[in-house]
Amino acid sequence: MAESVPEYSKVDKIIESHSREESALIAILQEIENLYGYLPTWALRYVSERLNVPLIQVYGVASFYDAFHLSPRGKHLIRVCLGTACYLRGSARVLEAVERELGIKVGETTPDLKFSLQPVHCMGACALAPVMVVGERYFDKMTTTKVRSVLKQVQGKNEKD
Amino acid sequence: MVNFIIDGVKVQAEEGSTILEVARFYGIDVPTLCYHDELSPYGACRLCMVEVDDGRRTRLVASCLYPVKEGIKVRTHTERVVKGRKLILELLLARCPNAKTLQDLASKMGLEQVRFRMESKDCILCGLCVRMCAEQMGSGAIGFVGRGRKREVLTPFRMASEICRNCGACMYICPAVDLQCRGVKSPGELCNSCLVITPHCLEKYSQVMCTLESCGACLEKEGK
Amino acid sequence: MKKIRTPQELETLRNSLLQQRDPTKPCVRVCLGTGCRARGSVDVVEAFKDEIKRQGLEPKVDTKQTGCHGFCERGPVVVIGPKEMFYQRVKSRDVPEIVSRTLLNRKVIDRLLYIDPATGQKALYEYEVPFYKKQKRLVLANNGRIDPTNILDYIAIGGYKALAKALTTMSCEEIIDTIEKSGLRGLGGGGFPTGRKWRLCRKASGDIKFVIGNGDEGDPGAFSDRSLMEANPHSILEGMIIGAYAIGANQGYLYVRAEYPLALKHLQIAIDQAKKYGFLGNNIFTSGFDFDIKINRGGGAFVCGESSALIASVEGKMGEPRAKYVHTVERGLWNKPTNLNNVKTWANVPLIINNGAEWYAKIGTEKSKGTGIFSLVGKVNNTGLVEIPMGTPLRNIIYDIGGGILEGKKFKAVQTGGPSGGCIPERLLDLPVDFEKLTEAGSMMGSGGMIVMDENTCMVDVARYFLDFLQDESCGKCVPCREGIKRMLEIVVDITMGRGKEEDPELLQELAEMVKDFSLCALGGTAPNPVLSTLRYFRDEYEAHVRDKKCPAGICKDLIEYFILEDKCTGCGACLKLCPQQAIQGEPKKLHIIDSAKCIRCGSCQDACPYEAIMVR
Repeated sequence: MAESVPEYSKVDKIIESHSREESALIAILQEIENLYGYLPTWALRYVSERLNVPLIQVYGVASFYDAFHLSPRGKHLIRVCLGTACYLRGSARVLEAVERELGIKVGETTPDLKFSLQPVHCMGACALAPVMVVGERYFDKMTTTKVRSVLKQVQGKNEKD
Repeated sequence: MVNFIIDGVKVQAEEGSTILEVARFYGIDVPTLCYHDELSPYGACRLCMVEVDDGRRTRLVASCLYPVKEGIKVRTHTERVVKGRKLILELLLARCPNAKTLQDLASKMGLEQVRFRMESKDCILCGLCVRMCAEQMGSGAIGFVGRGRKREVLTPFRMASEICRNCGACMYICPAVDLQCRGVKSPGELCNSCLVITPHCLEKYSQVMCTLESCGACLEKEGK
Repeated sequence: MKKIRTPQELETLRNSLLQQRDPTKPCVRVCLGTGCRARGSVDVVEAFKDEIKRQGLEPKVDTKQTGCHGFCERGPVVVIGPKEMFYQRVKSRDVPEIVSRTLLNRKVIDRLLYIDPATGQKALYEYEVPFYKKQKRLVLANNGRIDPTNILDYIAIGGYKALAKALTTMSCEEIIDTIEKSGLRGLGGGGFPTGRKWRLCRKASGDIKFVIGNGDEGDPGAFSDRSLMEANPHSILEGMIIGAYAIGANQGYLYVRAEYPLALKHLQIAIDQAKKYGFLGNNIFTSGFDFDIKINRGGGAFVCGESSALIASVEGKMGEPRAKYVHTVERGLWNKPTNLNNVKTWANVPLIINNGAEWYAKIGTEKSKGTGIFSLVGKVNNTGLVEIPMGTPLRNIIYDIGGGILEGKKFKAVQTGGPSGGCIPERLLDLPVDFEKLTEAGSMMGSGGMIVMDENTCMVDVARYFLDFLQDESCGKCVPCREGIKRMLEIVVDITMGRGKEEDPELLQELAEMVKDFSLCALGGTAPNPVLSTLRYFRDEYEAHVRDKKCPAGICKDLIEYFILEDKCTGCGACLKLCPQQAIQGEPKKLHIIDSAKCIRCGSCQDACPYEAIMVR
């Protein structure tokens, strides 16, 4: 997969809005992740340079936290909550159904870059268990039988735009 | 100076010393894997754990990091400690069975079997190479990447490092990969050739090659 | 916008706000907490605004968007003042009716009222709802009453009075004395006496000190921090400012997990507004004290709830904990004295300053003072946030407030303290909720998660679940946690797959004890708790899996089989159509049969069957 084209000025703007200190690293990476949906290699190298933080530390931080991804992700980010309350109410079944439906395992992205399936342990909405979130839309009391229609709904909405 | 007791012996040490530094100074053998006296202590292998009674409570601490305090009572070889060290070693061997340093330690501690599924990794994640590269060689070309069981020592992006000077210090300091051991016999069974005394490597190399002290090195058993 | 510089100015502002606000004027308060929002409460608010405008009622009726009311099971929640009429499960299409019938004609809409499933009794007003009635809401009291994005609401109910009192009439010593005497203990998990912590930090040498608010709430099933941050962010800020003043810190950080976007938003708004009014910034209340708070978004790692890992994260590093032989109150953030407390703990501070240490110490038990805040979730009827005096028996919380077990099933265990805690069985249900008692029973208070499990929960699977979670979240630095948890998980997975050996429970126990004693931080140190507590109280389930290769609760896939009940099956074919393995056969209107060899135990057929004809054995 080809790397995205470097846009140093955009990253510069992000860095300026925080600070050029080590302590701003995570916040800066979060904004870059928001912008591109992942952390491109050129961006990590650039941040290391500008913040004067060793590249291995930047790479280490990028690999440690769940919020960061080192390869491009899908358009629709699906999160099936595996928090204890959701798990007890059957969310593992729902996750497996999504995996079967999309042909990918949790943590992966579909080859056409449409969907990414991410693990999450608790969205803090335990009364709605089992919870599935696609982008910013919450779907509550999920069952395996609802999976297909939710996926269609999410795609259908975008096809309209 | 700080006065305290270690294994029943009254000792004195400079403030700011760690229990491990003092123990070694007095010849008390506390095993370690991730510790090197020329590098900053890391406290990750947990082999150096000892029991400390500070007057209020007794707890286990990593002796490579715990600063000595006035009046503490330290015990380096209690049943809890020895049992735990053995189990930690067993876990490490299940991960890297062919590491000679681990095999040697196992013989010393009397560990003969590993009860877990064997893997064959070659890194125990002690971090000595990382600290060596950063602190002694001033490079910082390698580091820890990933979390939990995905943790590895890598270069950025898994590509050849631009700042690595090929000094070899990381390989020099590594306790796991330097000499390959004879390996595991049947699943879970260690080679244990080192369980007896005369070093067989003396014949081959005319000097002792292993890192064990003289309490028990490897021996070719008659007819083995 | 003039800054508030004296307690009198604050009082004047408060009085003028109260004068402007007619307490008899009807006010529709709609919950916009994450739970209700996910069920469409944003549409409900819009519908109210539209309908009230359409009917020309604007000057006569107020609408207010509030944070989490806590009764998430019944969301979207709408409370109508001044009588506090309580409507639950409100949809936007109900709104025109509510406006016409309830607001205009004072008529009650029965179907929107809360009806107690056990007694059939209707509750008209919020304070009548059993879920709320039996609670003692102090910290959460204002959650559903104020608009969290409007500081004036907070001031109107007495906000920042404690700050004014502390900064203008109390010395730092007096403040710390008060907190110490109150008996407040850390509500993030550790339960360390808060006053003592503050005192140690104050005594630590150094001019630069920090305070941190921990809003990382990583425990799955816990959402009390989320609720508080969303609904009453100023209570946390006020507590932090008071604490910082007492300790001598001029900079504070709020660490909030990225999975809580609404909490982040509301906290930032609160900080900006507090700055405008002079409660943050320079020379607060002309005391000479400067203080500011910055928000740090979590990167996504459960381990960052641990104080030294959190600090590493704020410093821009990987969230690896450090040995705490020198406490963080002496050397913490950037090696400076740092006082870290959970956001709930901070929110208790203004209450204690306003009402006094003795008032607080009267609530709770001898060693656990004040109230405890719990997220009651799982197989319980009333899922939501519960605040009760420490010492309340578990039974009361689960049955009186929680409304008992979902679908009338049998209670099996309640898990407290998240992945660091343990499972408490039925015979200990009268245990009072208290730091010491929970720890004695093999669990802990933790961050307040309380997960109820029923007869269909496999306790070995629960141990597996938590080990799996902890293995993922372990930072990987130390051997006991990284390798120990991995091997404990391996053994438990073997047991759930019917590959367990006789010696496994003993090996598990041995590993568990070592991991507990030798781990670097509290994640590893408490990781064995779920295993240890399930082994302690549910040994028979482990034996059934190991010896008999059976899963009594019907959960472990390799030990169960799905089958169709002959007398319930109508041959509708819904299951056949859905089965991903084509493992079901049958003709229309005739009994269908599952081929166990092909079946992958995915459960889709069970979900699809409209007649509840598919069972597990």
